[in-house]
Amino acid sequence: MELSEIEEIGVELLRRAVTRLPEDVKESLKRALSEEESEIGRTQLEAILKNVEMAEKSGKPMCQDTGVPLFFLRVGKEFPVGIEEIKSALVNSVRRGTKEIPLRPNVVDPMSRENTGDNSGRKMPYFDVEIVDGDSLEITFMPKGAGSENMSFLGMLSPSKGVNGIKEFVLEKVIEAGGKPCPPTIIGIGIGGTADLAMKLAKRSLLRPLNEDHNDERIRELEREIAEMVNSTGIGPMGLGGKFTCLGVRMDFASTHTATLPVAINFQCWAARRSYALIEKDGVRRVLP
Amino acid sequence: MSEFKLKTPLSEGDVDKLEVGDIVYLSGEIYTARDRAHKRAIELYESGEELPFDWNGAVIFHCGPVVIERNGNWEVVSAGPTTSSRMNDLEPKVIEYFGVRGIIGKGGMNGGTTEAMNKHKCVYFSITGGAGVLVAQAVKRVKGVYWEDLGMPEAVWVFSVEDLGPLVVTISKGRNYYLEVEKKVLSVKENLLKRWIK
Repeated sequence: MELSEIEEIGVELLRRAVTRLPEDVKESLKRALSEEESEIGRTQLEAILKNVEMAEKSGKPMCQDTGVPLFFLRVGKEFPVGIEEIKSALVNSVRRGTKEIPLRPNVVDPMSRENTGDNSGRKMPYFDVEIVDGDSLEITFMPKGAGSENMSFLGMLSPSKGVNGIKEFVLEKVIEAGGKPCPPTIIGIGIGGTADLAMKLAKRSLLRPLNEDHNDERIRELEREIAEMVNSTGIGPMGLGGKFTCLGVRMDFASTHTATLPVAINFQCWAARRSYALIEKDGVRRVLP
Repeated sequence: MSEFKLKTPLSEGDVDKLEVGDIVYLSGEIYTARDRAHKRAIELYESGEELPFDWNGAVIFHCGPVVIERNGNWEVVSAGPTTSSRMNDLEPKVIEYFGVRGIIGKGGMNGGTTEAMNKHKCVYFSITGGAGVLVAQAVKRVKGVYWEDLGMPEAVWVFSVEDLGPLVVTISKGRNYYLEVEKKVLSVKENLLKRWIK
């Protein structure tokens, strides 16, 4: 496995992510269109699906906000390339991809607001690294747009509020967000842990496809309940009224302090872009979508 | 809910026939403008200077496009709408000073802008957020660009569009559909809490 191969696959992951939606998201959008009762809501879902099809065919980014680059790595202990080398190859992928695809240069200094021009910067792209058994490398890429990221919320609830408190907090924030995160959204929710861990869980939950169940029955039940509650608000596609305010809820949890109940919410817009590559020590096995 | 095909610049009569919920496909020239272009236009007007373009009857698009130059021509790669509420404080003046008849954006605008629109005969069209390619495909030509010193997203791009849409009329004649949806959502909130939080 050469570094240049990792850089190449990185550019390919960027390209695929911004031009093609994952199958599970596309399927959910189609189902939403077939079940949406609001006429205006349907016009929005139709426009979204048409836009997705055009992006796929023309190879152009489906949304002009091509986000900030986030990489989630699962590195096998016996994978022949070191983590720092993998990271530097992917930084190059981001710089090259920004010009070649092209992506909108979104990454700026948070104080001077000066744009680096190539979507790299201090601690950007962001890397979430997990060391796992085996000799393969899994890369998931998520470009995260600002419209949905600006709708992030953290609540340090009183433990006595319990599961009802979690639901109430989510409903409150969904109503506050309204049409801003470009609904129908996927709502990532992290509960427990510490403040930062809860937010991390919320973000990472967005990586789990809409057709893949959590292994904890209580989480599955809560995801279903919250999705149904959110889709009873009437906010609808793009906040123009209707049934489909969300495509689904993705949740995860961590054990927490007896005196706290962190709840973090991280919205993902309908353009829920993510791409994935499985790389084994002798070459690339699989790339999605 | 009626459907219209309209050509820019829009006339008072065009605006008069549009009701909230109508679907519009737009052809002709549209002008992108975000916060900074709004600000500059107002400053020029207030210091008695002329704009380098004519916004009388014009349609403004809240958008920061991705544009590339290929063989000396501009090409629009992706051009979805940006959040209109950022222009809430500036839009009433732009409508009043220049006679703008249409605004395209996402997320709607506030009561003050709704009033200014009603007073000066202007409508707000919602275009699907994130639908960057849908817009790019409707742009047949980039006719020009002004104020490039503001940067690619903030500059004023003049797009020649054909059947841009579907645009949903969401602010017209004093009605603001976003505020109506918001009110409805808040009115069901208590029931939702009762139903889902035992």
